[in-house]
Amino acid sequence: MRLYSADYEEALKKGKLLGERCLDCGTLTCPPLAVCRRCGSRRLEAAELSGRGELMTFTVIRVPPEGMEGPYVVCLVRTEEGPWVMGRLEAEGEAGQELLGRRVRLSGFHAWSDKYSAGERVTPVFRLEGEK
Amino acid sequence: MREVAVVGVGHTRFGKWERRTAVELFSEAAQQAMEGAGVEGREVEALFVGSALGDFGEGQAMIQAQCRAELGLGLIPCTRFEGACASSTVAVRDAWMWVASGAYDLVLVGGTERVLPMGTPLATRTFAMAMHSTYEVPAGLTFPGVFALVARLYSRIYGLPLERLREQMAQVSIQNHRHGARNPLAQFYGKYENLKVEEVLSSRMVCDPLTLLDCCPFTDGAAALLLCAGEKARKYTDTPVYILGTGQGAGGPMALFEEELVKPPSRVSSARMAFRQARLEPKDIQVLELHDCFTIAEIVALEAMGFFPEGKAGEAVEEGQTEIGGRIPTNMSGGLIGKGHPIGATGASQVCMIVQQLRGEAPRGNQVDPVPEVGMVDTMGGAYGTLCHLILGRRG
Repeated sequence: MRLYSADYEEALKKGKLLGERCLDCGTLTCPPLAVCRRCGSRRLEAAELSGRGELMTFTVIRVPPEGMEGPYVVCLVRTEEGPWVMGRLEAEGEAGQELLGRRVRLSGFHAWSDKYSAGERVTPVFRLEGEK
Repeated sequence: MREVAVVGVGHTRFGKWERRTAVELFSEAAQQAMEGAGVEGREVEALFVGSALGDFGEGQAMIQAQCRAELGLGLIPCTRFEGACASSTVAVRDAWMWVASGAYDLVLVGGTERVLPMGTPLATRTFAMAMHSTYEVPAGLTFPGVFALVARLYSRIYGLPLERLREQMAQVSIQNHRHGARNPLAQFYGKYENLKVEEVLSSRMVCDPLTLLDCCPFTDGAAALLLCAGEKARKYTDTPVYILGTGQGAGGPMALFEEELVKPPSRVSSARMAFRQARLEPKDIQVLELHDCFTIAEIVALEAMGFFPEGKAGEAVEEGQTEIGGRIPTNMSGGLIGKGHPIGATGASQVCMIVQQLRGEAPRGNQVDPVPEVGMVDTMGGAYGTLCHLILGRRG
C-alpha cells in the first residue's frame, strides 16, 4: 500500500520521518510517491526512517516569499537509509560551507499555510548532531 | 517529417512596462514578426503562447484567446504552454512538431509575461510554485534558493573551494551583464558594462552564496516567431533559419536528483535528443543562448550539455572560452542576467537572439564573427523540472 503526502505530514507532527519500502527491490522512497523511486514498483509498504542523516547542502534564505519571514535555512539531507529529504535546518550562529557533511537528526516540524497552499503544510526540521 | 524554418521574429524591449498588458506586449512582438515576414493575420493557422504566471501577474488566465483577438487572427486553434521559465521554448518545440508533421504550414508562436507588477514578495512566491507544493515550497524554498543549494553542493562534489567557485560565478555575471549592456532590447542596456568581481561578490546577499548580481532580474516583455514549412520559407524571407533538432526532458522534486543536481539528467537527455536529431555535437555549435537564471546555473548548464568537462566550466568562463573567439560564445544577448527574464517569454526571446546571430544582425560587440552557421537554445523551467533544447541553422 502506498502512502500519501498527508500520511507523511501527520507522521512528521508525531516526530517521525515516514517513507515507503519497495517490496520488489527494497529501496526506500521518502517522501512518498505512487511508485518506488528506483524500480517503479507499486508494491510498497510503510517504513519509518531513523530521522538521522548527513547535511548535503543548505542556504540561508534572506528574500522570502510572500507570507514567510526570513532569514531561515533550507537544507537537503541524505538520510542514513538513502533518500534525500528537503527541510529546514535549525542553525545557530554563522552557517558556512564547513557544515556540509555534518550529521543531522530530525528535531521537529515546521507548519505553514497561505492562501495557495490548500491548507496546512508540514515540513521536517533538522538539527546538527552534537548541538542541543 | 518536413523541414521547418523561422521566417519572422519580433521582440519587445525587456524591462519595466507600466502602460502595456501582457497581451499588448505579445501583440507588439507578433506584429513585428508578421511585418518582417510580410504575413497577414488570416494566413496564420495556429497560435501557441508561452505564459507562466499571467494568472498572478495580471489575473489573466487563458491568455491565448485574448492574444488571438488582439491580433485579429482567424478562429484558429490557440493554445497556452506552461513550463515555468521554459514555457515558450516548449511552445516553439510543439509548433515545430505541428509544422514538421504537415498539420500546419504557418504557426505564430511566442511568449509574454509581466512579472514586475507582482512585486518581489509575490513574484518570489509564484516563482516557487514550479517547485513541489508539498515537499519543497513549505520548507520556504525560493527560486534563488534552488541554485544556492546547487552551488554549495557543486563546490563540495568537485572539491572546488566555495570562494573560488564564487569568483567563477562572478565572471559569468560580468560577462552576461557586459553583453546585456550592448543589447538595446535588454533590461540592463547601457548599464553594468564593466562590473568587477568585487562588485558581484559584495552586492546584497539574496540567499548565500548568491548575491543580487548572481541573479537575473524581474522583467516584463514578450517575444514571438513565425514558423513555416521549409519548402515555403523563401516566400516570406531571404534569410530563413531552420530548426535542425529539438529535445525536451522533465524532472521532479530536487531531492530525487541527489548528487545529479550538479549535472541534471533531465538536461543531459534533452540536449542529447536535440544533438542526435540534428546529427551534431557540442563542437559544432557556434553560438549558444542558455538558461542563466543564476550564475551557477550557467556553469551547470555548460557541463550538462557537454561543452566542458564536469567541474571545469567555471574555469573555462574565466579563460574567455564562452566569449567571442572562445570555444562557445554564450549568452551574447546578455542572457537572463543581462537581458532580463520575463518567464513565459524567455525561451522565444532566446530563439530570437540566435536567429539574430545567424542573420548577422546582433548588436555591435555582441555579433559573433564570422556569422555563425549553427546556434543552440537551452531553457530550464523550475528546478530542472522542464528542460528544452533547440538547435538552429542557416542551412536546412
